[in-house]
Order: sequence, then structure tokens, then C-alpha cells
Amino acid sequence: MPLSEELKARITAEFPKYPERRAVLLTALHFVQEECGGWVSPDVVPEIAELLGILPIDVEEVVSFYPMYHSDPVGRFHVQVCTNISCCIRGARGVVRRLEENLDVLSGEVTGDGLFSIGEVECLGSCGTAPVVMVNNERFVENVSADDVPALVERLRARAAAGGTNGSNGQAGGR
Amino acid sequence: MAFEGYLLPPSGQNWSRIADYKANGGYEGAEKALRSMKPADVVAEVKNSGLRGRGGAGFGSGMKWSFLPQDVQRPRYIACNADESEPGTYKDRQILERNPHELIEGLLIAAWANTIDAAYVYMRGEYRGPFENLNAAIAEARAAGYLGKNVLGSGLDFDVFVHRGAGAYICGEETGLMESLEGRKGQPRKRPPFPAIAGLWKRPTVINNVETMSHVPHVIRKGADWFKTIGTEKSTGSTIFGVSGQVVRPGAFELPFGTPLREIIFEHAGGLRPGRTLKAVIPGGVSMPVLTADTAMQVDMDHDSLQKVGSLLGTGAIVVFDDTSCMVRAAIIISRFFRHESCGQCTQCREGTGWLHKLMLQVEAGTARKSDLDVVDEITRQMEGKTICALSDAAAWGTGWFLRRFRPEFEAHIDRGGCPHAGTSFEV
Repeated sequence: MPLSEELKARITAEFPKYPERRAVLLTALHFVQEECGGWVSPDVVPEIAELLGILPIDVEEVVSFYPMYHSDPVGRFHVQVCTNISCCIRGARGVVRRLEENLDVLSGEVTGDGLFSIGEVECLGSCGTAPVVMVNNERFVENVSADDVPALVERLRARAAAGGTNGSNGQAGGR
Repeated sequence: MAFEGYLLPPSGQNWSRIADYKANGGYEGAEKALRSMKPADVVAEVKNSGLRGRGGAGFGSGMKWSFLPQDVQRPRYIACNADESEPGTYKDRQILERNPHELIEGLLIAAWANTIDAAYVYMRGEYRGPFENLNAAIAEARAAGYLGKNVLGSGLDFDVFVHRGAGAYICGEETGLMESLEGRKGQPRKRPPFPAIAGLWKRPTVINNVETMSHVPHVIRKGADWFKTIGTEKSTGSTIFGVSGQVVRPGAFELPFGTPLREIIFEHAGGLRPGRTLKAVIPGGVSMPVLTADTAMQVDMDHDSLQKVGSLLGTGAIVVFDDTSCMVRAAIIISRFFRHESCGQCTQCREGTGWLHKLMLQVEAGTARKSDLDVVDEITRQMEGKTICALSDAAAWGTGWFLRRFRPEFEAHIDRGGCPHAGTSFEV
């Protein structure tokens, strides 16, 4: 699937901020994930490379290096739980387990309907309000307990039913 | 008298809008610097204030600035580190969410002092709220003439751009950050050349953390002598201590350097849950050596005091463990983190972080041998001081000092064939 003209325009609008086009790569990949289903499909890699004047391998190695980029499809709502020290101390493992039970998939998997995937991430910088959950790339949901999980999932289901976001924009499930 | 602080607005207030910031003295430091001070005088004032970097290493900020070449070939850049990813650390976020103009003003003063064309704030990609808040503030600052062409009639053309990272801890390392900003994997560069000579796009570059830059307006507005009245002789000013873990009221507290750790935990953060006793404290993010309770209760939070007790101030991120916690589990989480975040360039780090994590898992499961603990100790020593950047050292300290300071607990796992705290401790 080729990049839309709108997306290309959004990427090229970033060029004037930098002395080299290549510097826009990370931003471009964020835009792609926001607008193309939450992941970077191999199909779009050559086009991004051409736009930035670099090789496809330059794009691929960046996609595989950075945890926020996904080279495989994720759920429409990619629900990530911080499992670093401050969050684990306050029960993050229980939050992951409840998500797994509630959605009937394991961490790292996508639900059959494509609506949800569960991920575990390193410290999100919200240690004073641990445990913390990040849905897609939205504002954090803070102070999450395992008992909060069913309501969080229901809010996301309601957003999906209402035709909510398919990408990384918009408001978090917790607000 | 309680310390009121100057970096963050009073509790419950948010000065993200420029009108609120200016009503509280905002941009007075920039007005003073750009209208009445020579760039060299600004550098001298910052140097004289004793301001040290708040990103982890504590290097003298004015000293760092003075390393830029005196012959002013353009362009020159600022890379501002907002990649805040050291586990336990969430202090820069307080500034970005509640006082973003303070950072912009600090960048502007630094730009004047060092003849800078543009600043790039490299912000971790997960910080969506801070990203939007800072961008809104930058737009206001441009509209008000604090950014753009000929700022305040000084002849300086300067702008600030926010650049989003994508989840890699190593991009908080200064040269990893620069590689990433240029659109590559965030693998740190060999030094020399240092960033002051050849940083972003091989141009002279100032690199400072968000909090460091945010102190600068206050240093200029109120003067180095005022700044030195706060904190200790060698750790001047205040800083934001982020407390997390097993305390009643986790939170970010702006306090002078030298504040006793005991006061931070038991007064500001509300102490421990009823009936619990203190077991261990990480004083500066998980890269820094853990302290036993006895040491933690006696140490003050400044560079020298922590060094004397065998740790470091790091980012001032305080992680508190009570007596329910398993120290091996803590070491599992920390070693897992560094294994995940090693960029893979250097063998000692790439292999060492994996070995440490595997051995910690075996200790927890009770399948390790006593001699494996000596292997852990040996691996950490092989990882220190031998690599391109300090991630390897951090992994060695963060994990190795849990073993050295709580060795009997590690041995108990092996003797029992499993975790003695399985019933009470947090899970990994």
C-alpha cells in the first residue's frame, strides 16, 4: 500500500527543521504508525527511504532497533504495561496477568479480532504513579491496579464500537 | 522554614501558559542576558554558580559550555536531553508538564551564551503529554518574540524544535542521542571528538538535560551568588527528587542538594506502610549502586555524600524497598532492563548483560551454585570501564551492588532452592 499524499506532505513538512532529510526518519515512522494501522509494513519501507534519500536498509535497521516501532501488526489498541522496577513493586505483573485473562491472549500476542494486543515495556517515566499503562502512543493511564483492567478494556471496546482511533492519536482509555 | 523551591510552580499550579510564567518572573533572565550581558559573561556566571548537570553525570555546566570553540563558525547546536528513561526517573516530566517555558528560557540563554542557531529537544517518544505541552509553549514563545529572528533585538536568530525518540534507553546517552536525532540507530560514538567540537551533524554542540537547562534562567536572574546559597558547597542549587516504590506518598519533590535521604523518604514521601521496615534504597536511578537501610538513613542527597558511601547521585530518582521485597527479584528486573537496552556494539556489554540476567534468574529459581555468585562478581568487573559508553558500567553497578550488599540473601536462595520471600515480595 503506497503512502498517501497527505502522509507524504506531513513528512516533507518536517524537512525545514533539519539540515538533513534523514533526521526526519524517526518522526516519519511515528507518522506512518499513526496513520497505517499501528505498524510499519515492509511495503512502505522503500517509499520512506526514497522520500528521505536513504536506502531501505537504513529504514529497516531503525525500525528493528527502536522498541516503539513494530514490524509486525499489533492490535488496534496496543496495551503496554511498564514492568520495570517501580511498577513491578506496585503490582504491574498482576496488571499484565489480568489483561491476559481478560483478553484471552498472552503478552506479545494479538486478539483474534485484531482489536487488542498486550505488550510489556521498560520504564515509561511515571514511577510516582505506578503501575502505568500506555495504550498505543496516547497519554498514560496512571495508578492502574489489576482490578482496573476490566473497566479499561471496556472503555477501549466502547471507543472501537464508536469508530475510535485506529492509530496513535486521541485520548487514552483511562480518561 | 520549609524550602519553597524555584523550579516548579507551587503545588496545584501550572505555569504552562506564557502569561502565568511571565507573571512569576519568567523570561526576566533571558531579557537580562540578551539585553545587558555579553555571551562570555553568561558562561562565566553559570560556571561561577557551580551548576552541575542534572541528567546523571553531574558535570559542571559552565565548564561544558566553555569547551565550545571560540572561533564562532556556524551553525552550532544545542541538543537538549529529554529522553528521561532511567528507571525511577520522572523529574524532567514535571518541568515539561508544568513549567515548559522555563526550559525554553534556559535554552534561549544558553543559545545567547554559546552563539547557537537551533536547539533540538530530544524527547522520549512515550511522553505524548509533555510533547504536546512543550510544543504549545514553543508556539507561544515564537509569537511573543522569544524565538525566531533577532530575538529581543540582540541579533540572535534562534529556534527550538522538539524531536521524538522511539523507546530506546541508549538514546539518553549523549552521542547515542545525536546518532538517533540524525536518523540512525542510537549507538553511541567513540570520543574524542567530544560533542562540544563535533556533535550534531559534526558541528559544535551543547548538550544538557532538561532540568539542567531549567536552572539557567534562575542563575542569570538572581545571580550565581544566590544560587550558591542553596544546596552544598559542591552540589549547588535544588533538584527534583522523584520518589517511587514502597512509600506511602510517592512523588516528585524539589529540595536543596544535601537534604537527608531519611527526610525525603519519611517526611516528604510519607514513610513506609504501617508495620514495615526499610530494607534498601536506590538513590539515583537503577544504574546507581543500591544502599542498605543503615546507610540510607544516614546519607545526605548530594554528589559528595553519596560518593562517600559507595554510590552516586545519578538522576536523584529514589526507589524504596521495604522488608517484604526480594533483592534478587530487584536484580532480575534491573539486569533484564539492561539486557534489553544494550545497543549491542561492545562485547562486554552485549554479552555481559545477558549473562547477568540469566544468572539472576537461576539464583531466584534456586538452581544456581554458590560459585555462580563469584561469576556474577567477575562479570561485572569485566564490564566496567571497557566500553564505548557507560551503559555497561551502569548494568554492572545496578546489578552487582545488589549482590555485594545483600549477598546473604542471594546465598539463602541457593541454600533453600528457591526464594525465601516468595510469599511477600513483588513479582517480576
